[in-house]
Parts: sequence; structure tokens; C-alpha cells
Amino acid sequence: MARPPRRRRHVPWAYLFIAPAVLALAGTFAYPLIEVVRFSFYSGSLGDLVFVGTANYQGLWEDPVFLTSLLNNLKLLATVPIMTVLALAIALILNAQVAGWRQYRAIVFLPYILPATAIGLVFGYLLEEDGVLNRELRALHLGVLARDWLGSATNVVPTIGSVIIWQQLGFGIVVFAAALLAVPRELVEAARIDGATGWQVQRLILIPQIRRVIEFFMVLEAITILSAIFTYVFVLTKGGPAEASSIIEYYVFENGFENGAIGIASAAVVVLLGLASILIGAYLRLRARAAEAG
Amino acid sequence: MRRLPVVVLQQLLLIGLSLISLYPLWFVMQTALKSRQAYMADPTGLPRAPTLENIIELFRAMPFGRWTLNSLAVVVVAVLAATLIASFAAYAIAFGRFAGRRLFFNLNIALMALPPIALVVPLFTVMVQAGLINTLPSVMLVYTGLLIPFSVFFLVNFFRELPFELIEAATIDGASPARILLRIVMPLSVATMSTLVIVNAIWVWNELLFALVFLQDNSQRTLMAGLTLFQGRYSTDQPLVMAGAFLSILPLVALYLGSQSFFVRGMTAGIGK
Repeated sequence: MARPPRRRRHVPWAYLFIAPAVLALAGTFAYPLIEVVRFSFYSGSLGDLVFVGTANYQGLWEDPVFLTSLLNNLKLLATVPIMTVLALAIALILNAQVAGWRQYRAIVFLPYILPATAIGLVFGYLLEEDGVLNRELRALHLGVLARDWLGSATNVVPTIGSVIIWQQLGFGIVVFAAALLAVPRELVEAARIDGATGWQVQRLILIPQIRRVIEFFMVLEAITILSAIFTYVFVLTKGGPAEASSIIEYYVFENGFENGAIGIASAAVVVLLGLASILIGAYLRLRARAAEAG
Repeated sequence: MRRLPVVVLQQLLLIGLSLISLYPLWFVMQTALKSRQAYMADPTGLPRAPTLENIIELFRAMPFGRWTLNSLAVVVVAVLAATLIASFAAYAIAFGRFAGRRLFFNLNIALMALPPIALVVPLFTVMVQAGLINTLPSVMLVYTGLLIPFSVFFLVNFFRELPFELIEAATIDGASPARILLRIVMPLSVATMSTLVIVNAIWVWNELLFALVFLQDNSQRTLMAGLTLFQGRYSTDQPLVMAGAFLSILPLVALYLGSQSFFVRGMTAGIGK
């Protein structure tokens, strides 16, 4: 990032230019964030709020549904390393310039742009008890593998994780493939001349060279898992069976809008913000390092 | 030769991956064209007697056309407003000087990663008080605000690549900052702006949470919120629900086939420099 030349001074036009954005951000982010923290200390419905101190927070720890939701978010974080390894392996194959690599890259990225709502509807039918997947498994005499993918408490969270991986894997592949393409050719060629095998080149040169991009991807995906997978759960399971697949976002939605428990919902938001701020901090640090490196 | 089996293996793997990526889309399409009876008899086979009855039924049973128009209206208003507001802010960050410039830029980056669910309860109460609940302006306003952080981040990164001499020369010629932005910088940024508009439009088109909570009046729903209602009412009519999903996906796939590089560049902008 180039430093701005010294000549430029504080001029009023800059303040005018940022004013609409500052107003919009204050209304969309600042005010709601202050309110949600305030709500978390109150009970009752809007217009009839009663101060209850930290009772909502104590309530969270005593509510098995909240604990399940929190645990499910943490379980789903396992998709991050899985996606990273898969995406990296596939990007390395594409990077070997196999025939048709551009077309493959375009195909695997396609799911990433689609609405999670539609994806959820489709996978809901594919994964029904009597859905396409189980029917095909039985037709292939693999009926032992057929499961109630979405309707059983033990399978549902891994199933949701798999749908998320299906949609987001292409993002990782494209990001890693682009980073690999930017690794200087001389580095790879020099290693080859020194007698490195293909696997050694990948392990010792390519992967370390794109390490920062890998870190970025992992942090961004972790943020997504913690804070932006409501649609999958809402469309695939509505948190069921019996809250077994609830996540924090869904818990907030249910308490805030179905049960009218604004205070509980807000306390859950504050806990979520606490967890998210760790990841946002990591993301900001990565950004700062990337900017320094130019 | 040891190479050949490796190549075959790689191709098999990539073909398998492509099939997994595409199959659900194929399933949506072929199911949408089947009658319910045909689907029950054979959910995976090709539609023997393709029918448009599901598509017609969508528009008859529910205000599907209205939902689509609602989504389009929300996309156009929120994306235009956010792009314009973010352009001015990004220009000030890239070329202006003001107290807290770096802090303001970093704030935008941090807000990109903020969980939207954190905002939904307080914003709902604001919209109720403002009398905007169940109206499209409620989501237009919120989407505009939510799009700004990424838009600012994306545009600042691009503006910083522009030659500073250009801005300087225009300033010396007496052009005001607003004029430089609108007449010089914007025309130079057509590709970047298009990328930003596409990414933002897709985000708005796909958004469910706020639409679901803010728009509960049937005629005011967006397409995604409408689709979830469909699912609840017609869950055992797979072809009908898949027809709805198909129509919601179609414009995105068409756009993607036409301008793939815009998508890739825009949607991967959060990573790297």
C-alpha cells in the first residue's frame, strides 16, 4: 500500500464523501450492536422489558438446546480442515495443467454462487429416507449404507456439514488454484533441477508458498461456519429432529421470533459475538500482514 | 510408462468431482419437468413426458411472479444504493485525508465478517417502530447497509491501483473530487464496478434470514423467502418445489455462463491482498 503523498491535507470533502457510509453503518451495525447487548440484560417482550441482570446468560448455560447449538457449531468447524485438505489436493491436480483444467475449475465453482435455500431444498429431497441417495444405494445392493440422513439425531449434523462442503469446496479450489498459479515458475524449476520429485515440490515449495492464502481460507470458512449457515439448517431440518441440529444462529432465530424471548436471543448473540471476535481479529491480522507484504 | 495411469486417475477423479458438483442441478432440472406420478415412479430417470405443468402451477398456486419482481426490485435498489455510497467512501479513503482514515477502512473489513444474525433482532424492532415491517423498503435499507463494508473494501483496493498522477492532474485542472470520481475514476472502473455489482446482486438475491423475518406478508416476500413457504406447504410435491428452485437458480447459472471471470474475481476478493 503506497503512503499518501504528504501534500494532501485534511480537506472537508473527504468527510462529506464518507458521511453517507458512516450513517448507513451506524444504522445497520452500530445501533443494533448496542441494542442487542442492552436487550441481553432484559426479559419480556418489546415495549415491556424488565431488567433481569445476567439471568439470561445463566439461562443459556442451563438450556440444553443452547448447549447443543453451540456444540453443533463447534462440530461443524470440522468441515474447515476437511475442506482445506480436499481443496488443496484438487487445486494441486489442476495446477499440473491437466487437460480441461479450466473447465473443471468452472464446474466446481458453480455450486458456490447458488442460493443456499435452493441447495437446501434439493438436498432435502436427495437425502430423504426414501430419497434418491438411499434408493440408489439399495439399487446397488449397498442398502446397509442407507441412512435416515436428516431425520436421525446422530446423522444430521454430519449431513449438514457435507452439504456445506458440497457448496463451498469450489471456493477453496479456485482460491488455491489461483494462488498456485502465482507461484514463480523458477522456484519449481530450480527444485526440479535439484532432483526433487513431484510430491517433494508440492510439499516443500508449492504449499509453503501459498501458506498465507491457506490461512486466509481457513479463517474465512471458520467465520462462515460460526455465523452464516442459518439457511442450510432452516431449509434442511428446521433444527430438528428435536433440536438435534440447531446451531447458535437458529437458536437466536427461534427464541427471538418464534418464542418471543428477545432477551435470551440477545444473550446468545453476545456469546456468538465473543466467539466471532476471535476469528475476526485473526482475519484482521492476516489482512494487515498481506497489506504489509504488498 | 508410469505417467499414463496417473493422468487417467487424475481425470477420473476430476470427472467424478464434476459429476458430484453438477448432479444436484441436473436433479432440479429434470424433476421440475416431471409430473408428480412420473417422479414417484422413477425419481432419477429422464423425464419421459416432459411437462411444464409445475412451472404453470407455481404461478397459479402462489404469487411466484410477484416474489420474483420483489427480489428484482430489492436487488436493484440495494445494489445501486450500496455501490454509490461505497464509491464515495472508498474514493475518500483512497485519495483523501481525514481523521481516522485507516481506522474507518479497518472497521469496514471487520464488519465484513460480522454475523448478520447479531443484527436481526434489534433491526426488526427498528423496522416495527418505523412501520416498515412487511414492506420491501425494510430489506432494501438493511441490505444496503450490509453490502457497504465489502463494497468499500473491494473498491479501495482497486482505487489504490489507479495512477495517482491522474487524480492530481485533474485536481490541478480545477476538477472537484466529486467530478473526478464520477467522470474519470468511474469510467475507468467499469470492469471492477461490474464485478462488484454482480457479487452484491447475487448476495441480495440469495439472502434468506432478513427476508424471512421482515417480510411475512405473502405478497411482499422475496423469492427465497417464498420458496421456503412453498417447501412448508407442498413438501410432498417434489416436482413443484423443484420447479421453484429451478427458476430461482436459472438466472444465476445463465449469468455465470456469460461472465464467469467476474464471479470468480469478485467472490474470492476477501482472500489475498
